[in-house]
Amino acid sequence: MTDLFGKAITRPSSLTRLALLVALSATLMVLDHQGNHLSKIRTTLAVLVYPIQFAAALPVRAGGWVWEMLATEKTLRERNRQLQAEHSALLARLQKLEALEAENTRLRDLLGSAERVADRAMVAELVEVSLEPFTRKIVVDKGSRDEVYVGQPVIDTYGIVGQITEVGVMTSKSTLITDPGHAIPVVLNRNGLRTVVFGTGAFDRVSVPYLTPSADIQEGDLLVSSGMGGNFPPGYPVAQITEIIRDANEAFLKISAKPMARLNYGKEVLLIWPGDRAPHEREF
Amino acid sequence: MNGISPMRSIMLIGATFLVAYLLALLPGPEWADQFRPNWVGLVLIYWCIAAPRRVGIGTGWLVGIILDLLYGSLLGQHALAMVIIAFIAHKLHLQIRMFPGWQQAATVLVLLVINQLLMLWVKGVIGETATLWPYWTSSIVGMVIWPLVFVILRDVRRRGHIE
Repeated sequence: MTDLFGKAITRPSSLTRLALLVALSATLMVLDHQGNHLSKIRTTLAVLVYPIQFAAALPVRAGGWVWEMLATEKTLRERNRQLQAEHSALLARLQKLEALEAENTRLRDLLGSAERVADRAMVAELVEVSLEPFTRKIVVDKGSRDEVYVGQPVIDTYGIVGQITEVGVMTSKSTLITDPGHAIPVVLNRNGLRTVVFGTGAFDRVSVPYLTPSADIQEGDLLVSSGMGGNFPPGYPVAQITEIIRDANEAFLKISAKPMARLNYGKEVLLIWPGDRAPHEREF
Repeated sequence: MNGISPMRSIMLIGATFLVAYLLALLPGPEWADQFRPNWVGLVLIYWCIAAPRRVGIGTGWLVGIILDLLYGSLLGQHALAMVIIAFIAHKLHLQIRMFPGWQQAATVLVLLVINQLLMLWVKGVIGETATLWPYWTSSIVGMVIWPLVFVILRDVRRRGHIE
């Protein structure tokens, strides 16, 4: 190979280049893992690859459009009626909730404990792409322009889904509670026992390690977020205990639970701004 | 050189990688995740063997970084794994070209397993381990599908006159 002037270019040997690139990768990984040194670069570069993501999500999106167009008036009416009924049922429950909330504030005042501020929420749609196998992450169509932040809780109508771990301009990635790298502090709804729920990598199972055989826990118990650690607001359903294995040879119980949120159904999730972390506008 | 501009072959190679990314990201049912072969890795291995003058470890690194960005994984995780398999495939391209079909597929399996092993190692270091047996099915599917990938990409290479 020659350069412009006909001189032979001496390229570094492939082994040298290999060593360089491996070192570069290792440096990047360390920088990326240790805090958020690279989040700016990441956000910028992620915009460049967004078209690929968009293209990959197209088939499903197009399928959705076609489906919507083919939906007959009858099914739409049916659906509308169903939603109408659901809506009024929820409104009825909300009335009660408001009374309870007022009572709760009064009691808190009596106790002198801090007031809880209501959470604000925004609906985000899933961008239908599959990510790295054996990790549990989703892409949502809201980003920094919607004031999404890293660590923001993501829920659906049934419980906690996960938290935002990477914010782009138009999209963000959320790590689900089932991701093997995720943990969330919870309390047992029945008796207030505090523990932590870890993801397993399976889509329908989380584990609850570090509970000793003396712990008061049963199958069917509901785990709700405890609010410890500061990321998640307290009181949202997380998982329900499905199986407890008591092995006399083990120091801890082996407990499996099923996430309450429908992690692999549905196309929408809610991003919430707990308490006073509300965005300036866009509230509902 | 037979009059084909290098720009065109680079574009063509880029297009095959683009298709590989789309196949990697295409949404599918949850249970099918484990059977999804490492498309990008397969395409990279092919070009390292078939066009070692154009595709090598530099390409491997770039391809891996893009995958990291798409997946939201640790920046450099896929890049590292891709660089290593690109290096091996590039070094052995003359031998691998001569291999009979089954032996070539076996080599591809070894490369894909090395790729997964490296990523497992990185995940182990940062404490994200979910070592389940189905993890490795992806490599086996990759080996099974290799002849098909090979034939398609060979066709692309011949039509594009990529050396």
